[in-house]
Amino acid sequence: MKKLQFSKICKNFGSVVANDNISLSLGEGEILSVLGENGAGKTTLMNILFGHYISDKGFIEVEGQRLTPGSTRASLDAGIGMVHQHFTLADNLTVLENIILGTEPLTRLWSQKKQAYKKLKALSKRFGLLINPDAKVADLTVGEKQRVEIIKALYRDASILILDEPTAVLTPQETTQLFKVLKEMVNAGLSIMFISHKLHEILEISDRIVVLRDGKLVGEVVTKDASKESLAEMMVGHTVTRPAYEKLKIGKAVVEFNNVCLNASEGSTALSNINLKIHEKEIIGLAGVAGNGQAGLASILQGLACPSSGEFKLFGESLVKYDPCFLTESGVARIPEDRTNEGIIGEMELWENFLGEQLRSKAKSGFIIDKKQAVSNAEKLIQEYDIRCEGPFASTRLLSGGNIQKLILARSLSNNPRFIIANKPARGLDEGAISFVQQQIIDAKTQGAGVLLISEDLDEIFELSDRIAVIFEGKLQGPFDSNTVNINQVGLMMSGEVKAESLHEA
Amino acid sequence: MMELFEMMLTAGLWASVIRIATPLIFATLGELICERAGVLNLGIEGIMTIGAMAGWIWVYQGGELWGGVVFVAIVGMLFGFLHSILVVYLGLSQHVSGIGITLLASSISYYAYTMLIPFSTTPPKIVPFSAFEVPVLSSIPIIGEAFFNQSALTYLAYILVIVTFYVLYKMPIGLTIRMAGENPVANEAQGINVLLIRTGAVMAGSALMAIGGAFLTMSAFDAFYFGMINGRGWICIALVIFASWRPGKAFLGAILFALFEALQIRAQLIGADVIPYQIFSMMPYFLSIVAMMLVARRAAYPKALLVPFRQGDRI
Repeated sequence: MKKLQFSKICKNFGSVVANDNISLSLGEGEILSVLGENGAGKTTLMNILFGHYISDKGFIEVEGQRLTPGSTRASLDAGIGMVHQHFTLADNLTVLENIILGTEPLTRLWSQKKQAYKKLKALSKRFGLLINPDAKVADLTVGEKQRVEIIKALYRDASILILDEPTAVLTPQETTQLFKVLKEMVNAGLSIMFISHKLHEILEISDRIVVLRDGKLVGEVVTKDASKESLAEMMVGHTVTRPAYEKLKIGKAVVEFNNVCLNASEGSTALSNINLKIHEKEIIGLAGVAGNGQAGLASILQGLACPSSGEFKLFGESLVKYDPCFLTESGVARIPEDRTNEGIIGEMELWENFLGEQLRSKAKSGFIIDKKQAVSNAEKLIQEYDIRCEGPFASTRLLSGGNIQKLILARSLSNNPRFIIANKPARGLDEGAISFVQQQIIDAKTQGAGVLLISEDLDEIFELSDRIAVIFEGKLQGPFDSNTVNINQVGLMMSGEVKAESLHEA
Repeated sequence: MMELFEMMLTAGLWASVIRIATPLIFATLGELICERAGVLNLGIEGIMTIGAMAGWIWVYQGGELWGGVVFVAIVGMLFGFLHSILVVYLGLSQHVSGIGITLLASSISYYAYTMLIPFSTTPPKIVPFSAFEVPVLSSIPIIGEAFFNQSALTYLAYILVIVTFYVLYKMPIGLTIRMAGENPVANEAQGINVLLIRTGAVMAGSALMAIGGAFLTMSAFDAFYFGMINGRGWICIALVIFASWRPGKAFLGAILFALFEALQIRAQLIGADVIPYQIFSMMPYFLSIVAMMLVARRAAYPKALLVPFRQGDRI
């Protein structure tokens, strides 16, 4: 019998079709991967399964029993456990408290923590999920938090485990560890649905793969018959060509950090003694798990923070004026990490957002905005960068993520910058937009800019970078020539291991 | 100065400290429960006012004292329920709704009072709770006399400190309340109805606030006056922060504030000819701010405080 059966699920959000007549099943002891781009409807489907949403049509059966729609409790009771993409944990509470929440009747007069303790210990031993039950969740690493999420499901004796993009936040080593645990759980009789858009992981872990595109089920293959290329084509709907990378002869240094330090502040890690040189016509990839000092480094480079000690030379001159406006005017382009909050002003129109960074230079005699010129400039950029919108007067927040990113690229790259800081430029974009963004960055490099590419996606780092640096707890290793390191070494450095050569490399 | 120290050792001073602290204990616990579930309840000032009025009316109309306490709790719950509808179910601004409730509840109190007693120069009185000596405990020198020769409502306040602690930290329902204030999505993912939990917490908390107000008319004094709550509700908002959202610390905070208050009343009598009395009246508030700066700077506030939760939102 099928463990889990989706039958003809349909779900619309307003005029957006998120799930269109999706039927699929999960067998006993099987790992099924659900593959699809962002916005393909994977998460919506899982949220319907878990009772966060109610489907417009269709139903779900667990072991032949109809599942009550729209009730998280019913899904939990049916043995479904879900590891959400964004963890559902409370930082100020302990691991144990997070796990036992909701497992006891609310009218019980005394939480039975001792028994919970025992069960937790047994579970973590059985599946190799080590965790300290008394630790505060805030003090855990991302990998540990995910472990807590998994244990949470196991603690409720889940027989079906849903993992929504579980590897997005993990280092390669943590991913390997997670896969070991998942195999262990399948051996113990669990069925697993694994949601991802990372092809190599899906090929590695699953028995069977289903592909979603634009809310529809477009393909189903047994993993051993699948290849990266065939899956990518199924996922995107056409063949994808990633931009070609070419090493160029580097020019003068555009950015130079000499022993730069930055004190820790709310939400960002301290930087200690950063030495880094970025030249014209090269891309430096900065790898690291989020929260290891990337934010601090990026804010120095954008003029938002001033180093507590050390020297930051921009275009050969020591920088004294930490002012974002000054930096952009002198040739720094920025692609901010959080594009909707830092990159644009959603309520304003496109042409106004294009002006955003160059208000002083684009205003008539310094006071009045030359609207005619600004609008025609916006029109030109919209064409050039193929921004899909109603025109320069469209409200910016209505654009899709990919088009917002194109707007930001158009704004910053059209000024022929000499240095570009690209903070996770491809995050959350679909394949088509990713290749566009990457091509733009490579073109800018060809035209002579130096680029710092901050990313958690090692594939992206290796595809684009001439040299790769790794940041861990505010300390930098490298940069190493990208031919001299492999993905595994970088992964290890991301979790704190020191590479010997880094000590005497420039 | 010496006089002040000598005064600190008298049972009389501490007895009045406890009297001043009791309504604060009730209301601070009430606010604490609301905020632990993620809901700021600025209706506190008004709910205390209507609690004071409702309790007084009940007894004035011939009702039992304890029956009055139950009535007051129900009235508090109603206003808590109103606040919940606005901020929990509709997700409106907690500040605006809270202030609205304060204005509404205060106005209703004054209106009802004026309707019932249209022409009175001296407010009519009731027979309030009388002091009750706890055997054995009350014979401890100073402390016994101060803490255990009080009205029954004060003992109820002591008990509620312990009960609140017990419920929040030892019972499964307390865990869900705290989780509702930390991460409501996590609550929902574990199959718990966040809206129900928040509503329950706000109603229970509002009941305590109302009893806090009623203590003034049913125990500390014997009549209802306009403006008698006089900012006590706002003090409790600050006390919750001072207490870092912990019931035990809330109790200590209320005592500390009451001590400042009791001392300033006495200091006024001693030093009135040298220093204007307004300076003394200011002291409790000033010292509260100082204490808060020292104690609560690094308090871990509930992460989801003020954050509305909507079911079926994209997560």
